[in-house]
Amino acid sequence: MRETKYWTWHMTAGVVILVLLGLHMVIMHLGSITHLFAPHAGEAVSRENSLFRDGQLFFTITYILLLGVALYHGLYGLRTILFELTLKPAVEKAVSVVLLVVGLGLFGLGTWAAVAVHAIAITGARG
Amino acid sequence: MAEIKRYDNRLGVWGWLGGGRWGIERYAYILHRLTGLGILLYFLMHIVVTSLRAFGVYLWVEGGFFHQPIFKLGEFLVFAAFAYHAMNGVRLVLVELGFAVGKPIEPIYPYKTSLNVQRPLLIAMMILAVVFLAAGGYEFLGLAK
Repeated sequence: MRETKYWTWHMTAGVVILVLLGLHMVIMHLGSITHLFAPHAGEAVSRENSLFRDGQLFFTITYILLLGVALYHGLYGLRTILFELTLKPAVEKAVSVVLLVVGLGLFGLGTWAAVAVHAIAITGARG
Repeated sequence: MAEIKRYDNRLGVWGWLGGGRWGIERYAYILHRLTGLGILLYFLMHIVVTSLRAFGVYLWVEGGFFHQPIFKLGEFLVFAAFAYHAMNGVRLVLVELGFAVGKPIEPIYPYKTSLNVQRPLLIAMMILAVVFLAAGGYEFLGLAK
């Protein structure tokens, strides 16, 4: 029952990622076509355009949300693939713990960075 | 609470990669996993690299380490993997929820497989992935400037 719940969350996270990562891809990789959220000249990923987006609360919140759901979706997917090798219960537990620690660690790092650059961008510390 | 009955994966790694006699949907699923693993590997590195901007380090801008053509190509491959993984993922979610698999029918010979009912969904999703990929390629080749 618990695994069914995890699998349902995995699918739900996939739908959220489709929207948020779709938006991310359209901004970053179709920037020359769409020119979305990139008011400064040059590439959509330039320092100035990155700082512009980092200064918007919408992007800070969606970065953190995308970070969380994408880490869950990706690491749970990896766990599912590994479990198909019929591992011993102790190995399964170790795999789960390692993936959980990696996921929480990267979520912490990414969240801290998103909040930190938001503060930097709104105070204009980097011009 | 009911225990989950475990079955031994006697095929091992081939159980991951082998499509056997199953249809093209099974191979689409294998590619879904491979692209997923590729995206995950990129994503884990992407979190660390983009977090460096909190220290004022932008490795992906002009003159930065990741602005080299080889990494641009790598980025396009990630974009392609995303286009495929996302569109095929929509198909998998729809099928998982019971859409586009047809209604249950009496098993009368010659038997009909629901895979044939699913096929148009696979084709439609792959067309969408190609359209998305073409737009990304247009940008990647610098044609949009």
